[in-house]
Amino acid sequence: MTVTATTTDPQPGYKWVGTRPVRHDGLDKVTGRARYGADLNLPGMLIGAVLRSPHAHARILSIDTSAAEAMEGVRAVVTGADFPMLESGGEGSGEEYYDPLDLCRNVMARDKVLYEGHALAAVAATSRREALAALAAIEVDYEVLPHVLDVSEAMAPDAPILHEDLITEGVEPVPTTPSNVASRYVIDRGDIEKGFAEADVIVEREFVTQPVHQGYIEPHAVVADVGEDGKATVFCSSQGHFMVRAHTAELLGWEPSRVKVIPAEIGGGFGGKTTVYVEPVATRLSQKAGRPVKIVMTRDEVFRATGPTSGCKIRLKVGATRDGRLTAVSGSMAYQAGAFKGSPVSLGCMCAFAPYTIENVFLEGFDVVVNMPKVTAYRAPGAPMASFASETLLDEIAERVGMDPLEFRLHNAAEEGVRSVYGPIHKRIGFRETVEAVRDHPHYSIELGPNQGRGVASGFWFNFGGSSSATVHINEDGTASVLTGSPDIGGSRASMALMAAEELGIDVYDVTPIVSDTESVGYTDVTGGSRVTHATGLAVIDACRKVVADLRARAAMVWDVDVDEVEWVDGRAQHVSGDRAPMTTRDLAADAAGTGGPITASAAVNARGAGAAFSTQVCDVEVDPETGYVKILRYTTAQDAGRAIHPSYVEGQMQGGVAQGIGWALNEEYIFDADGTMENPGFLDYRMPVASDLPMIDTVIVEVPNPGHPYGVRGVGEVGIVPPMAAVANAIHDATGLRLSELPMSPVKVLEAIGANGG
Amino acid sequence: MRYVAPTSIEETVSVLAGDVRAQVYAGATDFIPQLRMGRPEPGVAVDLKRIDRLTDLRREGDTWVIGAATPSARLSEEEDLVAELPGLVEAAHLIGSDQIQSRASLGGNLCNASPAADSVPAMVVNDGRAVIAGPAGMRTIPVASVVTGPGSTSLATDEFLVELVFDRPPPRTADAYLRFIPRTEMDIAVVGAGARLTLDEAGRCQEVSVALGAVAPTVVMVPAAADILVGNPLTDEALKRVAAEASAVCNPIDDKRGTKAYRRQVAGVLAVRALRLAADRAARTG
Ligand SMILES: Cc1cc2nc3c(=O)[nH]c(=O)nc-3n(C[C@H](O)[C@H](O)[C@H](O)COP(=O)(O)OP(=O)(O)OC[C@H]3O[C@@H](n4cnc5c(N)ncnc54)[C@H](O)[C@@H]3O)c2cc1C
Repeated sequence: MTVTATTTDPQPGYKWVGTRPVRHDGLDKVTGRARYGADLNLPGMLIGAVLRSPHAHARILSIDTSAAEAMEGVRAVVTGADFPMLESGGEGSGEEYYDPLDLCRNVMARDKVLYEGHALAAVAATSRREALAALAAIEVDYEVLPHVLDVSEAMAPDAPILHEDLITEGVEPVPTTPSNVASRYVIDRGDIEKGFAEADVIVEREFVTQPVHQGYIEPHAVVADVGEDGKATVFCSSQGHFMVRAHTAELLGWEPSRVKVIPAEIGGGFGGKTTVYVEPVATRLSQKAGRPVKIVMTRDEVFRATGPTSGCKIRLKVGATRDGRLTAVSGSMAYQAGAFKGSPVSLGCMCAFAPYTIENVFLEGFDVVVNMPKVTAYRAPGAPMASFASETLLDEIAERVGMDPLEFRLHNAAEEGVRSVYGPIHKRIGFRETVEAVRDHPHYSIELGPNQGRGVASGFWFNFGGSSSATVHINEDGTASVLTGSPDIGGSRASMALMAAEELGIDVYDVTPIVSDTESVGYTDVTGGSRVTHATGLAVIDACRKVVADLRARAAMVWDVDVDEVEWVDGRAQHVSGDRAPMTTRDLAADAAGTGGPITASAAVNARGAGAAFSTQVCDVEVDPETGYVKILRYTTAQDAGRAIHPSYVEGQMQGGVAQGIGWALNEEYIFDADGTMENPGFLDYRMPVASDLPMIDTVIVEVPNPGHPYGVRGVGEVGIVPPMAAVANAIHDATGLRLSELPMSPVKVLEAIGANGG
Repeated sequence: MRYVAPTSIEETVSVLAGDVRAQVYAGATDFIPQLRMGRPEPGVAVDLKRIDRLTDLRREGDTWVIGAATPSARLSEEEDLVAELPGLVEAAHLIGSDQIQSRASLGGNLCNASPAADSVPAMVVNDGRAVIAGPAGMRTIPVASVVTGPGSTSLATDEFLVELVFDRPPPRTADAYLRFIPRTEMDIAVVGAGARLTLDEAGRCQEVSVALGAVAPTVVMVPAAADILVGNPLTDEALKRVAAEASAVCNPIDDKRGTKAYRRQVAGVLAVRALRLAADRAARTG
C-alpha cells in the first residue's frame, strides 16, 4: 500500500467528494435491465433443486437416489458423497470466519442433518417440475433425534448433542466430554469487585432476543457451467465473488483458479451473502451433467437454510456513581450459532460498551450450537443484541441517577487516546459528536403527547479494512474505467467513481465504475465489515495516483521537461512555469501509443486503518395501551461517516440500518413449532417493516475524519443497526414506564407487559 | 390442470358438473399462492372473470349487488357505495395492497373461508346475502352461512357464488370495519371487527350488529351488543360491557400471529372502536 495516511483538512477544497451524482448503475436498476443472480439463462441449461431435511435433527441412515436418477429429464443427482470431506481448521471470529469442515457439511449434510432445511441432496433436470418430482423420489431413511433451539437448553448438561466431537474451547481445564458450547470468550479488565464497590447505583437484567434474518429481497441464485476443460464459470450474486470462488473450489476439492466467478448485480445481502450455499452444488451438478445448471432458492429456502443471525440470552450488570460515572460492568452472553460453531458472541462482548470509558469490565460470551441454520453475518454481527441489553441498562442507570440520557453518554464517552473496553487505544473517534448532534437536533426537544415516549441509544462498530484491488484504465477518449472486485451493495460504485474523479480531475460521469470478475481484477475480500469505500477506495485512489504520475510523466516527455515541471490540475497537465499549452486526459490518451502505450495502473491494499464508527439515535413512539401496538412517530440518527463521499448513500445506509433495527425491535423473529420446524418462512409472517410502518428517518452525517484514509472515510454500512432496539425500548419505557427486555417487542408482548403492570 | 374461462353461468355450471376436481377462481390471489405452497392442483381451473354478471357492481332498487369476482378496488371507486356502506368498502380496501385489490374479489375472500378474511365481518353486519348457482338453479343464503369452518363452505362442489347483495342502509345508519395487524399493511388480521348501527333521532341506538373475525373458526356475532345498546346512547359504561361480551364470545387459538388472551382482549377493544366509528358516521348521515 503506497497511499499514505494524511489528515484531512476539515474544510477541504474537494471538487467531487461530497457531491451527489445519480449513481452510475441507477438507470439499469430502475428500468429492470440490471442482471441479478436469477436473470442469466444459457442454452441447454438445466434447473437444479435441493432436497432439504424435514427434521431439525436426525441421523441419515441411508439415501437412495436410484429412482430419481432414472426419472425423465433428470441429468444429475448429487449427495454429500459427491463432495470431499474437508479438514477442520480456520480460526478467529467475525464476518469472514469459517471452518472448512463445517462449511462442507452445511452445504451438503453427511451423516446427520442438523436443522430443518439442511441440504442433503440435489438434482439437475430439464425443468423445475422434473427436478422437484425427482427430489420427491429420493428415499431417505432418517433416525430422528431430539433437537434443541433455546441457548439455555442447549447449554444444559442433558441437552441433545449436535456434534460428538465438539469440545468447548477457551475453558480450563479442557472438558473431556462434548457439549453444544463451542467456545467461551472473555473480556477481563480492571477489577469489577472494586468497580461495583464504588458504584452508588447498580442495575442488572436479563435479556432475550430471537434469531432474525437479513431479509434481502433477492434469493440466492446461481448459474454454474463446467466446460470440457474442467473449468467452471459461476454467475451469481454474492457479497464477494472471490469468496465464492475460494469456497466453491475448496468444497469441490479444486484449486481456486479452476473457477471463474462473474458477479451478478446483488439484490441485498446485509452480511447474509458472505458464504456459499447453492454455488458449489450447482457447479458439481453441472460437472456431472455436462450442462449449465441454474439453482434459484425460493423464499422459503432462504429462510429455512440461509443465515439468520443469532438469538441470544444476555445477563448484564452495570454500576455507576451518583454523579453518573460508570464504574463497572459484568455479565454473560450466550448466542445461538446455529448448527455449526461461529456465532458473533465475541463481537457482542466487544461492542456492547465500546462507546464508553469503563475501567472495570468482565464479560463472558458463549458460542452455542443449536438445531437451526448456521448463523451468517448480519450488519454489525453480534453488536445489535448486545447493545440492546447494554443501552437499555444505561438508560435505566441515567434515569436512576437523574441525568439526561445524552448527558450521561457524554459524561462517559470514549475518546481518542483512551483504552477501549475491548482492548485497543481509541484513535480519533466521533462518538461525542454524534451524541451532541442528537442533543442539538430539533427532534430532541419536540413536545410529546399522551402515550408517547422518547428514547435514545448509541452504538459502535469496528469497521474493517482488508484486501482490495483496483485497476484504472484511461480509455482512448480520455475517460476512465475503474475496475474493482467489490460487489456494490450500497452505492459503492458511485463512491469509487467520485474518488476517481477527484484524483484524476475529470468529470464523475467520465468515470465508469465496474465490478469485475475474478479473472479481470486482483483478489478482493467480500463486501462486508463496512470496508469497501474505505479499503477498495484506497486501492482506487492509489491506482489513480499512479495513473496521474504516468500522465504527468508523459506530458513531461512530450514537452521535454522535467516531470517536476508538470502539475496535474483539474484533469490536465500544466507546465509549472506556464509556457506550454496544458494537455487534458483526452489529449494524452489520444497520443498514448506515442508516449509508451496504453495508460493503465493497478493497485492493491491490505487496508488497516479503518476508523471506528459510532451512531447515536433518538426515537419517538406512541404506544396504544389497549392493543400494545407501537407506532414509530419520529426517528433521527446521527452517525460519524468520517467523510461522506456520496452523502445520499451514506444516508441510505444510515436509514437502512435503522429500518432493519426497527423491524428487529418490533416484530421480526424466527418462530419454530415443537418439532423445530420454522413456522414463518415468508414475508407475511416474518414481519419486516413495510414502508408505511416507518416515518421518514432523519439523518445527521457527522464528519470526524478517519486519520487512516486520505479523505477521512470511515465505513458507514453497519453501525446504524446497532442502536435501534434499545432506542425503541427506551422510548417505550418513556411512554409506558415499562422496561422490556425481550425482543421482539411485538404487540402481544407489549400488551402482556402493560397487563402485568396492572394497565 | 386444464384451464377454462366460461362466459356464462350456465356454461360454468356444466363445467363444474363435468369434473368433480374442477375449481373456480376469481382474482386467484389465494388460489395461486395455495398452489405454490403445495395444495393439490385441481383437474380444471375455472376462471370466473369472463362472466359479466360476476364482475359487475350495481345499484338495483334498494340494494347493492356486487359480482362475486369483481375486484375489490372497484368498490372504492363507487362513490355512492362508499357513502352508504363505508365499512364494507374499508374492509375491501384493507385486503393486501393496491396490486392485490386490483384482482382480489369479495367472492374469493368469502369462499376461501379463512377465519381472518377481512371483508366477511363487514358483509355479515350488513346482512349480506349470497346468490349461489348450481345444477338446480339459483339459491340465496345469508353470507353468514356460507363459511362452515376454516377452508370449508356450505357450497356443493358443483355450485359457485354469483353475487353478493346488500340492502341500502336506512337513515342514521352506518357501518365500520377495523382490524388489528402488527404492521400497517400487507398483513393478516389478528382480530377483525365489523359494526353497524342505526341511531334514533335522539342519538340512541336502534339497531346494532357486531361481528368479529380471526377469533374463531368462523365469524362470530356479538348478540349481547344489541342487548346492551339498543335504546341507549353509546356511553363509556355500556361500551365497556360490550367489550367484555365481545371478548367472551371469542373462541380463538394461539398461533404465530397472536395468543388467545391477546385476541380476546383486542376483540373487545376493536368492537368498541368500530362501534364508535360507525356511530360517528351514522350521526353524520342523519
Ligand atoms: C399479498 C397478499 C395480501 C393479502 N392480504 C389480505 C388481507 O389483508 N385481507 C384478506 O382478507 N385477505 C388477504 N389476502 C388474501 C386474498 O387476497 C383475499 O382473500 C381475496 O379476497 C381473495 O380473492 P380472489 O378473488 O383473489 O380469490 P381466489 O384466489 O380467486 O379464490 C379464493 C378461493 O375462493 C374460491 N372462490 C373464488 N371465487 C369463488 C366463487 N365465485 N364461488 C365459489 N368459490 C369461489 C376459490 O376456489 C378459492 O378457493 C392477501 C393475499 C395476498 C397474496
